[in-house]
Amino acid sequence: MMRSPRFDATVLTLGFAFLYIPIIILIVYSFNASRLVTVWGGFSLNWYSAMWSNQGLMDAAWVTARVGVLSATLGTILGTMAALALTRFARFPGRMAFSGMIYAPLVMPEVITGLSLLLLFVAMGVDRGFWTVTIAHTTFTMCYVAIVVQSRLLTFDRSLEEAALDLGCPPVKTFFKITLPLIFPAVIAGWMLAFTLSLDDLVIASFNTGPGATTLPIKIYSQVRLGVTPEINAICTILIGLVTIGVIAASLTTKRAELRRVRDEHLAIRGAER
Amino acid sequence: MANVAEANPVTNAGGPSWTRWLVVVVPYVWLILFFVAPFLIIFKISLSDYAQAMPPYRPLFEGVGAVGDFISQLDFENYIFLTSDSLYILSYLSSLRIAAISTLLLLLIGYPMALAMARAPTSIRPTLVMLVVLPFWTSFLIRVYAWIGILKPDGLLTLLLQTVGLMGPDQQVQIFRTDYAVFIGIVYSYLPFMVLPLYSALEKMDNSLLEAASDLGCPPWKAFWKITFPLSMPGVIAGAMICFIPITGEFVIPDLLGGADTLMIGKTLWTEFFGNRDWPLASAVAVILLIMLVVPIMIFQNQQKKVV
Repeated sequence: MMRSPRFDATVLTLGFAFLYIPIIILIVYSFNASRLVTVWGGFSLNWYSAMWSNQGLMDAAWVTARVGVLSATLGTILGTMAALALTRFARFPGRMAFSGMIYAPLVMPEVITGLSLLLLFVAMGVDRGFWTVTIAHTTFTMCYVAIVVQSRLLTFDRSLEEAALDLGCPPVKTFFKITLPLIFPAVIAGWMLAFTLSLDDLVIASFNTGPGATTLPIKIYSQVRLGVTPEINAICTILIGLVTIGVIAASLTTKRAELRRVRDEHLAIRGAER
Repeated sequence: MANVAEANPVTNAGGPSWTRWLVVVVPYVWLILFFVAPFLIIFKISLSDYAQAMPPYRPLFEGVGAVGDFISQLDFENYIFLTSDSLYILSYLSSLRIAAISTLLLLLIGYPMALAMARAPTSIRPTLVMLVVLPFWTSFLIRVYAWIGILKPDGLLTLLLQTVGLMGPDQQVQIFRTDYAVFIGIVYSYLPFMVLPLYSALEKMDNSLLEAASDLGCPPWKAFWKITFPLSMPGVIAGAMICFIPITGEFVIPDLLGGADTLMIGKTLWTEFFGNRDWPLASAVAVILLIMLVVPIMIFQNQQKKVV
């Protein structure tokens, strides 16, 4: 694999330029004093203050934040349980069907998931609104969490867990004292993924929302259809900023936790050798 | 990795039988209730008729006593209608065409990127992965929106081409609201989904095979087609399926970037549901889409089971 590093560098530069230039343009134009996309009218924070005083947008942001936190938390709990079920229990009735139900929502077109859930809620006689969106988001985010946590559970060293169990630690306590701290970075990563997926979703939320539960993507979508305005650029920039900070912070903490874990393991092994 | 799980069949890690039972049953029941049951309902509604009421379909289930009457009112009328109106058939075919072309484009762009990442020095690989993942974390809607400002006739691409001199001041880029814009939007949005599975397949590859080939006088391009590409097939299949399946039902991109003549089934379903409020017909559209996607979804699941 020592072929033409120059070719590789060119490919990566072009690829990343393609991925990032549109986002950078979007951010830059959120600071544009002019309303026109192609005219640079000088630096301005006008659109941020316009956004701030847009009550509809702020209400939608608040709904989205609540749906996101709640569905990500529920999805993380359910997804972690599903990952444990898949990795720790080699056999249980319907295991094949279970893993199928975990993988299918990952690729299922959103229009199908959204419509079918809506029809379920209508058939059950549930009013659409905050809770139906939350349940819908929990259902598809738990599958992503399950995949993330599962990959961690598959690669980690089981001997600590086994040692605790051998020493008579009750299994539930073993999970909270040993397993959970060890897989915690993956659980956090899963939560963040779930939260951003919820924050991001337009289609499933549109089907399952009701009065008073307009989420931010639904609001942005209805404004985008009316035309491009720098106000939307402003709110998009804030969202991008929040997510970027979150991802970088999470990756730094994970790296630190990983280093600490490696060091602890070294100490433990050396202690055992003595 | 599946071997790891099977090699350590710990019998008691989940705890006494009731906690074990709970760990399996809670997510299982949740998914059956909110993922599987809705599909049965969507199928049932697709056999109903449109009604001007709330909910806008008939018959309604009115207790076990009237179950015979209820079933007798279900029929395949909506499906017959779907096959008789060319709009729907064209929408399905056009969705499959757009998804297939986009997947091919994604492979052509994603493969060199993944290969370059896998060949990069080990120290910078995590950063490169991070750079691919980061756009995925920013909203889908935002990323599609960003392209509107670039592609519209009085947008930035026109401005750029006019400034460079490739276009006269009275000319404009005519991409926005065409299929080309849809392809750009799809490739842009799905690129991380294609690069990551390819990268994880290529990264695992054993270099000694390529070294052996080159020692024996095999030219690099031949070594690529004989060794690298076949060995990366699991990544190619995973990436292609992860992209192809959701693209087929895509709504946001064709709606925001495509023109009135861009037919995609996700858009058709959306219009039936939100525009015409014909829930039974929208359900039938969804059921047929699902049937079309069963085979790709099964390929994807088999691939995932092998990878994990």
